[in-house]
Amino acid sequence: MHISEGVLSPPVLVAGAALTAVGVAMGLKKMDNEKIPQVAVLTAAFFVASLIRVPVGPSAVHLVLNGLLGLVLGWAAFPAILVGLALQALLFQFGGLTTLGVNTFIMAMPAILCYYLFGRSITSKNTGMATAMAFSCGFLAILLSSLLLAISLIFTGESFVQAAKVLVLAHLPVMLLEGLIVALCLAFLTKVKPELLGVTHAAG
Amino acid sequence: MHIDNFASGDSLLHRLDPRVKIVIALLFSVIVAVADRPLCLATAVCFSLALLLLSSLSLREVFLRLLAVNAFIFFLWLFLPFTYGGEKLFSIGPLTATREGIIYALLITVKSNTIVVALIALLATTPIITLGHALGHLYVPSKLIHLLFFTVRYLQVLHLEYDRLRAAMRIRAFKPGTNLHTYRSLAYLIGMLLIKSFDRADRIRKAMLCRGFHGEFYLLSHFELQRIDVIMLLIMMLVVGGLASLQWIILK
Repeated sequence: MHISEGVLSPPVLVAGAALTAVGVAMGLKKMDNEKIPQVAVLTAAFFVASLIRVPVGPSAVHLVLNGLLGLVLGWAAFPAILVGLALQALLFQFGGLTTLGVNTFIMAMPAILCYYLFGRSITSKNTGMATAMAFSCGFLAILLSSLLLAISLIFTGESFVQAAKVLVLAHLPVMLLEGLIVALCLAFLTKVKPELLGVTHAAG
Repeated sequence: MHIDNFASGDSLLHRLDPRVKIVIALLFSVIVAVADRPLCLATAVCFSLALLLLSSLSLREVFLRLLAVNAFIFFLWLFLPFTYGGEKLFSIGPLTATREGIIYALLITVKSNTIVVALIALLATTPIITLGHALGHLYVPSKLIHLLFFTVRYLQVLHLEYDRLRAAMRIRAFKPGTNLHTYRSLAYLIGMLLIKSFDRADRIRKAMLCRGFHGEFYLLSHFELQRIDVIMLLIMMLVVGGLASLQWIILK
């Protein structure tokens, strides 16, 4: 899900950087100093989880889990994803400095949306309802991310339209898989450690 | 988990003040990312390669890294030559490749790799924690810097935790495949990882409170510009300024 350096046009890069700056500022404002270790440890956990290779037929994909990250961290998802991507850029050169803004927004905006859409309903007493919501959370986060990815390519140039369409379609299996994994994972967390899902909501 | 692969070394670039390297890397990336004039890009490629030589990194490892990073670029090559309007060059079945399309794809490839090589030579040659300190001195918000420090610190701890969980699964004869059992096991693995890190975070918070933490961090690494740092900064600023004028001022 990373757009490489040197692909996007200047207006798209600037817009991405500006939107991310606003999101990160919001996230930092809502995160008091005391919360920093907690957010950091969960950021690291999501980073490690994104390294897991999940088999799909003959190939394997990496999970993004931005929907789940949004549910757990709320607005802190913006700085968390920024730090995660900055680390990927600095350690593995995936993504880069100029695309940091766009790439962060592509992943963090759906995370925040999931936080508002599903934050309360995933802990619903009705198990069927909770599962459906959890699946939608995982599915929708990837759908929105791939759409944002496609939009940033299309705004760069008409010639990217085909590539953008294929990118969204290629993410379809990932959407289903993430929906499934998030649903299973949330069922597990609700049983074993429901406090984890109330972290940010309790704080406001 | 191995981080800081390229950071051990004793070349000129490894020793250079990280603040200088961050500033140059940022300016260089921005200019190359928006540049489109051949002369400007050719100069940028030369500068990037010069940096790579100065960093005396293993060229083989850098090349392997570039291959991995270019996945997205390879993907774009499947489309751009055929979807960019222009003069017809050749056709494969119903698809027509255009000269302009291939030039455009080539342009993107060159820009992307030029930036990545410069980033490897400039930034990957400094340990990530030192970069964090340098960013702190360059007025990046302190909360963000602390988040970065803690994340790097716990990345390795949690990766060990992950390895342990994974080993426990292997001992119980877990073999990943395309089936619900695999997906459920991996989902629980992720859940367990989150729970363990949540509990760990709580212990860390308490331990820090015990030691008088009140939300304030102090940057302990201070940097002082040596003569060589100033000279390198001036040279690289000249190159970057030259690139900018090649792109925007000097007419074709």
